[in-house]
This record gives sequence, C-alpha cells and structure tokens, in this order.
Amino acid sequence: MADLRDLYQEVILDHHKKPRNFHKIEQANRQADGYNPLCGDKLSVYMKIENGVIRDIGFIGAGCAISTASASMMTESLKGKTEAEAKVIFERFHQLVTNHSEPQLDPASMGKLAVFSGVREYPVRVKCATLAWHTMRAAMEGLQETVATE
Amino acid sequence: MKTATERTLVQPRISYDVHKIRNDFPIFREPVNGKSLTYLDNAATTQKPQAVINALTRFYTRECANIHRGVHYLSERATESYETSRSKVRRFINAASLQEIVFVRGTTEAINLVAQTYGRTHVNAGDEILITAMEHHSNIVPWQLICEERGARLRVVPITPEGEMILEQYERLLGPRTRLVAVTYVSNALGTINPVHEIVRLAHERKVPVLVDGAQAVPHMHVDVQRLDCDFFAFSGHKMYGPTGIGVLYGKERLLDAMPPYQGGGDMISSVTFEKTLYNKLPYKFEAGTPNVSGGIGLGAAVDYLESIGLENISSHEQDLMTYGTEALRTLDELRIIGTAKVKASVLSFVLEGIHPHDIGTILDKDGIAIRTGHHCAQPVMDFFKIPATARASLGLYNTREDIDALVGGLGKVKEVFR
Repeated sequence: MADLRDLYQEVILDHHKKPRNFHKIEQANRQADGYNPLCGDKLSVYMKIENGVIRDIGFIGAGCAISTASASMMTESLKGKTEAEAKVIFERFHQLVTNHSEPQLDPASMGKLAVFSGVREYPVRVKCATLAWHTMRAAMEGLQETVATE
Repeated sequence: MKTATERTLVQPRISYDVHKIRNDFPIFREPVNGKSLTYLDNAATTQKPQAVINALTRFYTRECANIHRGVHYLSERATESYETSRSKVRRFINAASLQEIVFVRGTTEAINLVAQTYGRTHVNAGDEILITAMEHHSNIVPWQLICEERGARLRVVPITPEGEMILEQYERLLGPRTRLVAVTYVSNALGTINPVHEIVRLAHERKVPVLVDGAQAVPHMHVDVQRLDCDFFAFSGHKMYGPTGIGVLYGKERLLDAMPPYQGGGDMISSVTFEKTLYNKLPYKFEAGTPNVSGGIGLGAAVDYLESIGLENISSHEQDLMTYGTEALRTLDELRIIGTAKVKASVLSFVLEGIHPHDIGTILDKDGIAIRTGHHCAQPVMDFFKIPATARASLGLYNTREDIDALVGGLGKVKEVFR
C-alpha cells in the first residue's frame, strides 16, 4: 500500500498552498469551466493563444490539494508550448495518473509532473488530478459547456 | 430455529454493551488498509449484522421461490416470510394497518411514487409544493419534476445558520395553493432533527398532507407514524442495518386507496383483459412485478435486530457519542462544525480551514477510518453555507468513543500532512 507521502508530496502541497498563475487572464482568447460534482471542485482555465502558441495560461477556482496543485503545475508546464505539444502533454499526464498505462510511460520523462504518479494508487482521486487538464483541453478546443468529470 | 412470533418477543437488552453489539457485525473482523475498521459513514449506509446476513442466506438456501403466486411449498413459505416482514415493519413504525406498508426499492423510489401518483392527481397549474432548504436531492428533484410537468411551483422553507428550519417562514409559506409538504425528519448533511410533529400539525390545520423523508430517522430513534400523524413516511432498509434495494413507503390508507398505480405489471392487478384491468388491493396495487423478496425478508430481520437492542437504548447511546464527538471536534483548531441545531441525530459534518474534505477523507482512509466527503446529495445546503463540501462522520449503534478518538487522531494527522 502506497504511503501517503507518495500522494501528498511536498511539491504538491507547495502548489496547493501557493498556486501559480492563479488569476484570470484579461486578454484570454480561450476559456473553459470545469466541475467535479463528486467533491464540488470548480475551476476556470484561461488561455491566451497566438499563432498556435500558448502565450499565457491561468486559472481560478476552489478544489482539493490534488486538483489545485495539478492546475497550478499544468499552467507552469504549458506556458510557451504549442497547442499540439499541449495535447501530447495532456495525453501523457492522463496516462501517468491512470493505472492502465504504467508500462508505456516513464514518469521521469514527465519532468516535474511526475509527482502525480502517486495518484495512480488512489483511483477515486484521478478525477481530482485531471479536472484542470480536461478543462484546459476544452478551452483549447473552444468548447462552451462546463466540463464535468462525472 | 425461532418462529417469527418468538423473534418479535425478544426483550430489549438491559445494558448497552457496545462491544457485544460490534461482535454481531462480521465486517469489523475485516482489516481495512491493514487497520481495523473505524466506520463513521452510517448516514450513507450501515453495516449488516450477522442476523440480517443469515436471513438472506436462509432465504436463498432454504426457501427461494417467487411469492403471491405458486401453490407449491417453497412459494408459500417465501410468501409467508415476506409478509411476516411487512407486519414487522408495520409494528416497527406503528402503522394502523398492513395495507399502509408498501415495499419499494428505497426512500428515493418511495418519494417518486408519491410524486408521480398523488402529485399527478392533486397538483395543478399554479399550485405549490413546499419543501425545506435542507432536503436531500431525493426530496427535491421528484418534486421539481412534477412541478415542471404540472406547471406548479416549488417553495422552499429557509434555514438558520445553525441549520434549523425557520418555523415562522414555514407557516408563512403554507398557503392556499400548497398541495403537499415534503420534509426530512433528520437532515443527512447537518443532522438536524426537524419538529415533524409541529410541521404536520400546522399543515393539517390548512388541510395540507405531509410526506416525511425518514431515511435518516428510523435507524436512530423510535418512529410512530400515527403519533406523528404524517400522511406519507419513506425510509430505506440499508440505512437501518438491512439490505440494499428495499425500502418502505407508509401512506395513510385513505390516501393510498385514492391514488392511481405507480407502475403496471404483474401482482398489482386483480384481473386483466385487453379492455379493462382491475387493480389489486393495497398495498399490492403499488407493488408491480416480482419484488425484492430477499430484501424484504432481510429488512424484517433488521427490524428484529433493532428491536432486540431497543431504539431508546440506541438513541441514548448515540446521543452520548454525539456529545462526546462534538466536544472532541471542538478541541481542534480551525475546525468548524456545519450544522449545530439544538436537536440533532448521528451526523457530525465539518470543515477544516484550508484543507479540502476530499483530502481529509483520503488521509483518514489510510488509517481505516471511513467518513463521507462531498456535498452529501444536498448541494443547496452546501451553497447555503458557501462551502463546496464537508467531511461528515455519522454514527451508528456500534460506534464507540474509541471511534471518535480515532477520528480526532486522524484529523491530527491530516493537519500534520498539510502543515
């Protein structure tokens, strides 16, 4: 059985306490809302995309430590990336936190995001870790409806 | 083996021996995450005593058959067991007659049944249905559906910051267009015990019938539907130590009799031709199709079990624990109890400053402590308190002060992780 510290790593707790890019972006040209009805987590992701490059990304909202830290670290990892790169990182992050993909993915290749590999051991928390990511993808695709994880 | 009649005569235990009671529940011998189980999620569902498990096993091992049909030995036996359960339930809530005890899937189905039958025939455009701000989604949505269909309006009695319904507002909202009041006896999210007796009295003064959601009441206190004088009373088996998938709708015979059937099918008819179908008598008119026979029998065993301990004894044990738990939680800094009504049952809902309930739940689970985190199917209650969710410990008859101590210790660990 995984230790609690595998889930609540220092980096995650730090991003929970001091989320990065935790603000609206006034010049955002993409925005989407995410909602996890199971635990009531709600967040909005704002993106400014120019010529297919994510120039700026931020979020606001309230959630558990896992969802807040995931949103915070997502914004850090995507700033400056192209939309195509963001989609690849989304897929890889999804693989990282779900059980099925373990053999194909080396957490080390995920950089800082590797701290979320502990989420695999907590199936009910996968939705917490992926909420911001699904919302980001909806924003990129220009979807209007609130993303729900249920 | 005892006969059904003998079982009903078991005298309540003289002293409350919680450790002996725990031994009746095999789940407590199962390790959880390598720890012994601290089960504090009783408002979601309760664990099952061996007597209930045995009743299910006995049915499937020795008397499995369909009921109300066969002339053969097993069918007669199964029918007798199932109907014996109905009479146990009648006595348990002191209904006036067996015709008033309708077996359903659970509280949710019971409320939907009333909404779709009584609601459809009594609620018209411009009419109102009155609920409170502390209802479970199952006592909100069925009424919204019928209001939408009939062009009626759902009115909501507000609550105080302590989580008590405001009676003056209730009286004010009880108007000439009110066709039904639907209210929870005990709030699943806050623990508040509503003054149902008074609520019914005020409604009846205006000739308005009252449905009581009793799901969180029956496991914790003695319920007498005739004394309450409520018109409908709904509850679930699985929250009172019985099986899942079985519940009860109590309704006054006069009302049930006048209501159209809920579902059509076998067992709810007395004769069928393509031109005209005559419906069966009560309560079978509302029990279409093969029911949850084993569940009904298991529910009867749960009633026996509760009565063997005595509801008064259970209430006083749980009230003692609730006081102990409330005081223990209040010693923790940055903890706020949500729901501080003067009269409460079972539920200790709380939030910890800066720590999301979901994180609390995960960390407690590591120590084998099961609580519920989330909105508890009462999102309007969460909105009222301006919180997304709470952590909720809910007590049952087998809980001990050690369970509370484990919870408080676990919360210390939560704060450690998030320091």
